[in-house]
Amino acid sequence: MTDTTNTTETTAEDAGAPAPSRRSLIGWGGAGLALGAAAAGGAVAMARTGNDVDPTAAETGAAIGFHGAHQAGIATPVQDRLHFAAFDVKTDDRAAFVQLLKDWTRAAARMTAGHAVGEGAYGGLAEAPPDDTGEALGLKPSRLTLTIGFGPSLFEKFGLADQRPEALVDLPKFPGDNLEKTRSDGDLCIQACADDPQVAVHAIRNLARIGFGKVAIRWSQLGFGKTSSTTPDAQTPRNLMGFKDGTRNIAGTETDRLKKFVWVGEDDGPHWMTGGSYLVARRIRMNIETWDRTSLQEQEDVFGRDKGEGAPVGKAKERDKPFLKAMKPDAHVRLAHPDSNDGATLLRRGYSFTDGTDGLGRLDAGLFFLAYQRDVRKGFIPVQRSLSRTDALNEYIQHVGSAVFAVPPGVRDKDDWWGRALFSKEA
Amino acid sequence: MRAVRLSVVTAAATAAALTAVTGCTEKSTASGSDAIQVTAADSKCETSTKSVPAGQVTLKIENKGSKATEVEIVFPDDRIVSEKENIGPGTKYTLTAEVKAGSYEIACRPGMKGHGVRQKLTVTGGKVAKRDPRLDKAVAAYREYAQEQADETLPKAEAFAKAVKAGDIEAAKKEFATSRLGWERTEPVAESFGDIDPKVDVREDGLEDGQDPATDWTGWHRLEKSLWQDKKIGDREKKLADQLVTDLTDWQKRVGKAEITPSSMANGAKELLDEVATGKVTGEEDRYSHTDLSDFKGNVEGAQKAYELLKPVAKENDAALATELDKQFTALNTLLDKYRTDKTSYDFTSYDKVGKADRKELSDAVNALAEPLSKLAAAVVK
Repeated sequence: MTDTTNTTETTAEDAGAPAPSRRSLIGWGGAGLALGAAAAGGAVAMARTGNDVDPTAAETGAAIGFHGAHQAGIATPVQDRLHFAAFDVKTDDRAAFVQLLKDWTRAAARMTAGHAVGEGAYGGLAEAPPDDTGEALGLKPSRLTLTIGFGPSLFEKFGLADQRPEALVDLPKFPGDNLEKTRSDGDLCIQACADDPQVAVHAIRNLARIGFGKVAIRWSQLGFGKTSSTTPDAQTPRNLMGFKDGTRNIAGTETDRLKKFVWVGEDDGPHWMTGGSYLVARRIRMNIETWDRTSLQEQEDVFGRDKGEGAPVGKAKERDKPFLKAMKPDAHVRLAHPDSNDGATLLRRGYSFTDGTDGLGRLDAGLFFLAYQRDVRKGFIPVQRSLSRTDALNEYIQHVGSAVFAVPPGVRDKDDWWGRALFSKEA
Repeated sequence: MRAVRLSVVTAAATAAALTAVTGCTEKSTASGSDAIQVTAADSKCETSTKSVPAGQVTLKIENKGSKATEVEIVFPDDRIVSEKENIGPGTKYTLTAEVKAGSYEIACRPGMKGHGVRQKLTVTGGKVAKRDPRLDKAVAAYREYAQEQADETLPKAEAFAKAVKAGDIEAAKKEFATSRLGWERTEPVAESFGDIDPKVDVREDGLEDGQDPATDWTGWHRLEKSLWQDKKIGDREKKLADQLVTDLTDWQKRVGKAEITPSSMANGAKELLDEVATGKVTGEEDRYSHTDLSDFKGNVEGAQKAYELLKPVAKENDAALATELDKQFTALNTLLDKYRTDKTSYDFTSYDKVGKADRKELSDAVNALAEPLSKLAAAVVK
């Protein structure tokens, strides 16, 4: 991993913190705090070198540094679980909103380091509800990352219209889209990823609680079983259709590709977005039952790769360079490949979802697609235009939710806060 | 009606509960000489002493008046420590109670009505429970409010019952929502009498396994179903209307005995918003009549009353919280006003006509108020 500024940040929030630490509760005991920090730091360092060939249980409890040039949760190794929430802003009071961003940043720094929010979950006034909801007590930091994004509609508020990045376009209507308003858009979003679902859910729940009155959750999505990896040496995960997903995804170690396709450069503008990225979120429902009744040949033709190894058509190994012309013209991989889209490349970070059944006995399941890019106009839009028209996969999927966000750069240090560069004139 | 009993407001109707309240450890035996002689008459209330030691306090009461009277020992916030009702003319009664050190009053209420004639009583020794007198005032005012709500509810419930008994469905429908307002405004107090709430405000799905809706379901919602869904009034409904009035009369009589503290008032306000968040905003509460918004407004008004009474102290301890609560109460009330044409009327838009997006907006506004409201108790007890 190349984000050298995203150092292990356990000092400011750890040192002398009065609140009960989740880490201190899991058995290291007294001197264990320091040991815990060291162990967490070691794991982060390992993750950052890209040597986490297979994020095993030994390190999944570690803490990912919160501070750095870029927000964690984009190029950092993908965790197993997701709770993604989109919010509407409910206040027109700019100062109140800025205060919320500061409060959120502080809570996020604490939670990602494995600490409880505020004064903790117990031990306070008996008459008052505790600051922290408590369900993550005793759990490890679980590599929790919290990543904030600002939606196009936010820039209509607080006099921010002239700060809206040109690259943050409203997505066009793609053929076949069947978008539900109640699962789409939002003034801002928080992506919580962790190896323990309870840790991710706890984070969103507590941020939502801090935000009541200023923001309200518009929609949210739980995800499991990451469908793309940012650590290509690890085994490529499979989506709910049983196919490996993300073989050629951008890795956290690929400095050049990250710079070229993911991070907003200084000259891209606006200034406050330098070091940030743009996120497209799509809830893609899969017609699971019909897919499962589809012949193996058809399934493999649809993707353009074989199901077992994940090798492209005519090749032997998953990572063999695909020969696109060997695939059917409407094969998913062929249409989505950068070579078919003038080099358009996305960093994908999607998750599978299953929200029970839909009332007709069909699994309400699919892929919660998350893609980061330097410019939505050069990333998701051309790729999805190509896919939505001709992709053979369209018979088995439908896009039912959609949102796009500008993801600002990282929080530099403990005095910095989410969105400071956007909301502070001097920045 | 909620499935789980409220914990912060508890009925203190028995001596056992009083012991818990006073936490008394020093007990003195009540010898004859320690007893307070209380001479009640039609316009006076004489006591033999103004000061007794903490512990078991005995009142030897004699009614020398011409009307039946009621004698009470009351806390400074008007909460009743102990009482005896219906002491007939010329009769005597001995009342005992566990009383902690502090200031109290002995009240004689000739005709068992009104504020009564009162004498100061100082109970000495042990620990004196010190409290901000502004909070005692707030509790006393809130108790008065709860009593007023019960007193005003009864005639409305009687009008509702009368229409039901006359078999007049339309008239009964008109009286339904207003008959609930006082109850909704003071629900945490009303619910503190655990036996009344299940009789008057239970919903069909609140019945326990083995309870038969045909015989065991009583109260407003049972009648609501008859009026709006079954559209008929039979003998059973007429009996239930009388039963509702009887049960609410019981509530009216017992409101004064509710154990109310500043923090239970504050948390009671939050609980009123919880009622909205779990029952009203979903449309579950009044699923047949869809008069949920009227209940909603009642809950908010009751919460606001408790808040306004506690505000002088809360503001001193946490000015930012008071500012936020003022703002959110205004915001929620403004939003509710969108659903009625006349701001003095409780005639709100039928909740089945309120769309999903609007319900979400209401729900967001409730969360925006309830979250800071949950911090009111802390600001009061600081």
